Amino acid sequence: MANIVIDRIRKAFGAFEALKEVSLTINDGEFVSLLGPSGCGKTTLLRIIAGLETATAGDIRIGDRSIIGLPPKERGLAMVFQNYAVFPHMTVYENVAFGLRMQKADEARVKKQVEKAAGLLHIEPYLDRYPNKLSGGQRQRVAVARALAVEPKVLLMDEPLSNLDALLRLEMRTELKTVLQAAGTTTIYVTHDQTEAMGLSDRIAVMHGGVVEQVGDPVEIYNHPATRFVGGFIGNPPMNFITVPVERGHVAAGAEQLSVPQGAGDSVVLGLRGEAVALVPREAGLEMQVRVAEPMGSHLLLTGSIQGQPARVVLPPSEAVRSGDVIGLRPDRNRITWLSPESGKSYPPSAA
Amino acid sequence: MTNDRPWLPYALILPSVAFLALLFVVPLVQTVWLALSENGAPSLANIRTMAGDINFARSVQNTFLLALAVIPVQIAIALAMGTLVSKIGAGRETILWIWTIPLGISDLAAGMVWLAILQNTGYLNSLLFGLGLIERQTAWLTYQTPVALFIGIAIAEIWRGTAIVMVIIVAGLNQVPKEFREAAEVFGAGPWTRFWRITLPLIRPALQSALILRTVLAFEVFAVVYALGGRNFPVLVGEAYAWQNQNQNYGVAAAYAVLIMVISLAATLVYLKIVKVDPERLP
Ligand SMILES: Nc1ncnc2c1ncn2[C@@H]1O[C@H](COP(=O)(O)OP(=O)(O)OP(=O)(O)O)[C@@H](O)[C@H]1O
Ligand SMILES: [Mg+2]
Repeated sequence: MANIVIDRIRKAFGAFEALKEVSLTINDGEFVSLLGPSGCGKTTLLRIIAGLETATAGDIRIGDRSIIGLPPKERGLAMVFQNYAVFPHMTVYENVAFGLRMQKADEARVKKQVEKAAGLLHIEPYLDRYPNKLSGGQRQRVAVARALAVEPKVLLMDEPLSNLDALLRLEMRTELKTVLQAAGTTTIYVTHDQTEAMGLSDRIAVMHGGVVEQVGDPVEIYNHPATRFVGGFIGNPPMNFITVPVERGHVAAGAEQLSVPQGAGDSVVLGLRGEAVALVPREAGLEMQVRVAEPMGSHLLLTGSIQGQPARVVLPPSEAVRSGDVIGLRPDRNRITWLSPESGKSYPPSAA
Repeated sequence: MTNDRPWLPYALILPSVAFLALLFVVPLVQTVWLALSENGAPSLANIRTMAGDINFARSVQNTFLLALAVIPVQIAIALAMGTLVSKIGAGRETILWIWTIPLGISDLAAGMVWLAILQNTGYLNSLLFGLGLIERQTAWLTYQTPVALFIGIAIAEIWRGTAIVMVIIVAGLNQVPKEFREAAEVFGAGPWTRFWRITLPLIRPALQSALILRTVLAFEVFAVVYALGGRNFPVLVGEAYAWQNQNQNYGVAAAYAVLIMVISLAATLVYLKIVKVDPERLP
């Protein structure tokens, strides 16, 4: 069993708190992405799990065994470093073989594993070369191959595909997923790229300013963000947030009356995905002033304002809306997220 | 690098090469001529005189033995000190500064420091006497105690010359990003393996520089030896000095100087071949 329990981990660098009580459980064989803006503590968390950084407080267990005091080599995991850390004085072959050599694997197994990993990452042509002569993307793949070659129970990857072109990234992503799933590897995958996180992950943990804001499967996170930050960070265009007045437990959207969750005060934030609306006559829905209409081929992107607040919505390409129009929008009731204007947190969906 | 003008780097170092040639090659040629001539005609007389001298074989042997004893110890200590200091956060600069104090002391002064410790009325004897380990003053630095004399000189040399090696090695260690060691650690390498398989290969250029510098300096050892042993422990430079000043024989002194230079150049060549630095394998 290689489930990982991250239990109230805190990390301070001097006076600066990089991680403020991060808790996260990753099941055996699960693929969890850490997604968040630059500087939110993703690398720090991975380094603490790997044992390269000491946590200020908290515990980490792998398979119900606390590993917090163990040196990295006894934690039995593999890692892809954000800056690759591919050894410059070894050939690509020896780099990929490094972990196996440390395990004193016999030559036949080393060869087999290296060739397998190299094949997967398309680096066979470079096996005899030194990393110095490789491109950033090639080096990055060497780093991934080095981690895969040891067939770890737990794999930590810090933006392992960030330097590849879009096409190769898509291909590598699919192959990684297939291999890791087949091997039942418990994986923590750090990325900036939300489509990557959505496509690969069993669950996503969205981090912000040293805390995990939400953990959930991709669809849940997309449709029901726990905080304003998550809604704004995930999805393209980001979720719209419109602060609206509440009257007798309802919000008026043109002719529609939307009931708001209990506990909401005089006003509430209406969180609405750009594509969770339908075009209706102006007075029948929420009124939107369209500033720019961009026909994108697959859809029509409208930028403008609703009740004086910036908004962006997506309509089918066939709708005839032009820049400067004023339109009516009817929100899809099941896809509304209500948030508190004070805390920025969403009300539980069931309470609506 | 500009690939379309391969001569450019050479052109750029030309002035310094010309300058060196003027200030180095001319005196060098003069010295070589002085060594290999007599009364204005080419002759091996000076070489013969040098090789026939009773102190010659001993001075060659002593110089080599001293180099052989001192250099490995200095490299090992410098590596250990460099590794230790790289693990230290606060106070790192202070420790480095303290360790480099011997660098700021001239070698004659360094010899004097150790003379004060090791001479008959020195601190070592006082200490040993105080501890009751010896009954009367013991002489360490005489002709009758060659081993003690050798050890004394070696220790003084190690004390004086390790700092320069350490400075070079610390600079080398600073060039190696910590992620390489960390990656090795995650993949199961212990401290010893990390040192031998990751750190040492990556500081090769620094190691090479340190070895060359230290070896050349080791063959030029003089003042420390002179202060501690006088001519009881003849070394090459010491002999050159004696022939020049006491015997007033500039030809033989020049012969010694040429010999020292040849040995140093040969050693440098050996290091360049053995501790090869392949630019392809650097970070
Ligand atoms: N050794 C350190 N000393 C001081 N502060 C640090 C140290 N390491 C990281 N930090 C700080 O901790 C915060 C989190 O850093 P971290 O590297 O974990 O971010 P990240 O989420 O991985 O960002 P990115 O996506 O840019 O890689 C940053 O504000 C960073 O400045
Ligand atoms: Mg990072």
